[in-house]
Amino acid sequence: MSTLLRAAPAPRTTALAPGRSRGRTLRSSAATALIWLAFAIALVPLVWIMWTVLSRGLPSMLHLTWWNKDQSGVGPAGFDHQVRGARHAIVGTLLMAALTSLIAVPIAILTAIYLVEYGRGRIARIVSFMVDILSGVPSIVAALFIYAVWVTTFKLTLVPACASLALVLLMIPVVTRSAEEMLRLVPNELREAAYALGVPKWKTILRVVLPSCMSGIVTGGLLGFARVAGETAPLLLVASYTQFLNQNMFSGSMAALPTLINTNVQFMSSDPISADRVWGAACTLIVLVLAINLAGRLLGHLTRVKS
Amino acid sequence: MSKRVDVSDLHVYYGDFKAVEDVTMTIAPRSVTAFIGPSGCGKSTFLRTLNRMHEVTPGGRVEGTVTLDSEDLYAPGVDPVAVRRTIGMVFQRPNPFPTMSIRNNVLAGLRLNGVKEKATLDETMERSLRAANLWEEVKDRLGKPGVSLSGGQQQRLCIARAIAVEPQVLLMDEPCSALDPISTLAIEDLIGRLKADYTVVVVTHNMQQAARVSDSTAFFNLAATGKPGRLVEMNDTATIFSTPSQRVTEDYISGRFG
Ligand SMILES: Nc1ncnc2c1ncn2[C@@H]1O[C@H](COP(=O)(O)OP(=O)(O)OP(=O)(O)O)[C@@H](O)[C@H]1O
Ligand SMILES: [Mg+2]
Repeated sequence: MSTLLRAAPAPRTTALAPGRSRGRTLRSSAATALIWLAFAIALVPLVWIMWTVLSRGLPSMLHLTWWNKDQSGVGPAGFDHQVRGARHAIVGTLLMAALTSLIAVPIAILTAIYLVEYGRGRIARIVSFMVDILSGVPSIVAALFIYAVWVTTFKLTLVPACASLALVLLMIPVVTRSAEEMLRLVPNELREAAYALGVPKWKTILRVVLPSCMSGIVTGGLLGFARVAGETAPLLLVASYTQFLNQNMFSGSMAALPTLINTNVQFMSSDPISADRVWGAACTLIVLVLAINLAGRLLGHLTRVKS
Repeated sequence: MSKRVDVSDLHVYYGDFKAVEDVTMTIAPRSVTAFIGPSGCGKSTFLRTLNRMHEVTPGGRVEGTVTLDSEDLYAPGVDPVAVRRTIGMVFQRPNPFPTMSIRNNVLAGLRLNGVKEKATLDETMERSLRAANLWEEVKDRLGKPGVSLSGGQQQRLCIARAIAVEPQVLLMDEPCSALDPISTLAIEDLIGRLKADYTVVVVTHNMQQAARVSDSTAFFNLAATGKPGRLVEMNDTATIFSTPSQRVTEDYISGRFG
């Protein structure tokens, strides 16, 4: 902006460009100041949250025990003066999000391919509408649905995988929409180029269309992963907390970072050790989600097809 | 390696909209046929019916017959994918596959259809690139992305890609309109050499180009705005450009409209 102005100084003398009037300059500066102020106000809570969480949570996170020990050997939350580890919760969060992605991503990609490449008319509109509805479902309702089906209808006991099932419902619309967008970005000319070579449609999609937008789809998948890793409500409803590391999705209880926070938060005001656990877990969650987000964007950037 | 195309009473539709009306023509093998006419008269639409690419467009359908050496392309049971393998196409804008190297672009048609023998692939690649007059320019960087080439080179790459599957007929929709004069000359030169082996059809807006490269010329026009396009006349290029039988053809060629 400023270089542009310097390169071509306004010819104040000509009738067409009489220069800015004083009033307009003033109004412009006022508007600029207002925008900066709004920006600063919007930034306050963000910086505040980041500062609080990082300053209180980082110290716990920086101990090796945080990463390689669970909470076993620690008495009823709080009262024996050791923070110990969050390994059980970190592993739990990652496992649940991984199983979720394993189920949700293929469904989402196939749905997106159907909507973009094959969907015509009524059925496509219905499917698209369903995806919209799904993305509007509150996470607690998704969990309630899984609970109702699993426990009430099939009379099964809850296992950690139930949390993943609830998260699947939340992840599918996110990944479907982003994959759909990526597929629509692939120019039709590429599809036609493949058809004109006598390549069947399914092979065109598999070998030409998908590779052209794979980085975008992977990025979308990772963003979806980050989103469900930070999701809380379904875990509170269907994933019971445990102090111990459990790596089996299909039996027992499994901790996750949000439920670790939830278990300790009640002792926070009276017990600084519990507070350390809460802030440590919160900080870990933020760092984890941030890292996955960044990885997604980086991957998208590195593997983007230049054209 | 080169076949005759016969079109009779062909009507082309987009849904309810009739874009081209009642075309009957014969395209001779081992020759270059040019389609000329004002914008919107249905040259591209008609061209795309010749290899059944028209029906890829939602709502696209045809009435009438197109035969390739007396084989009906629109007969029930004919696989459009097989038709497109026999009748290749080059588009207005170069469209190499962005994820593929130069080599894989040329070989896309073969590789995507399951050819794996390295000897066959290598031989086809060199032959196609030589035929498209691109071999000397790219032979040292076959592993580089196809999109790293210049526009004119990309278009020749697309031609190489189209002839790598050894079609009988090659359709080109304004293949030079996105190119500079030098690249245009290179492509025109190439078209002249391709007709030794292929039946070539070229859509062009450039009268000089039609006169330079083609053996026969078909002039399309709209009867009126909103009406479907139709074939006004078709003849030897020399005849069309010197003594056309229709007044509109002469007006169009001499630049009085269109
Ligand atoms: N996908 C489409 N859906 C509906 N109508 C279309 C479509 N593509 C083209 N048409 C219409 O069909 C008619 C013929 O278009 P076409 O593209 O074949 O003309 P053209 O002769 O190739 O023009 P140009 O010289 O500008 O390329 C036009 O009236 C156009 O609006
Ligand atoms: Mg056209």
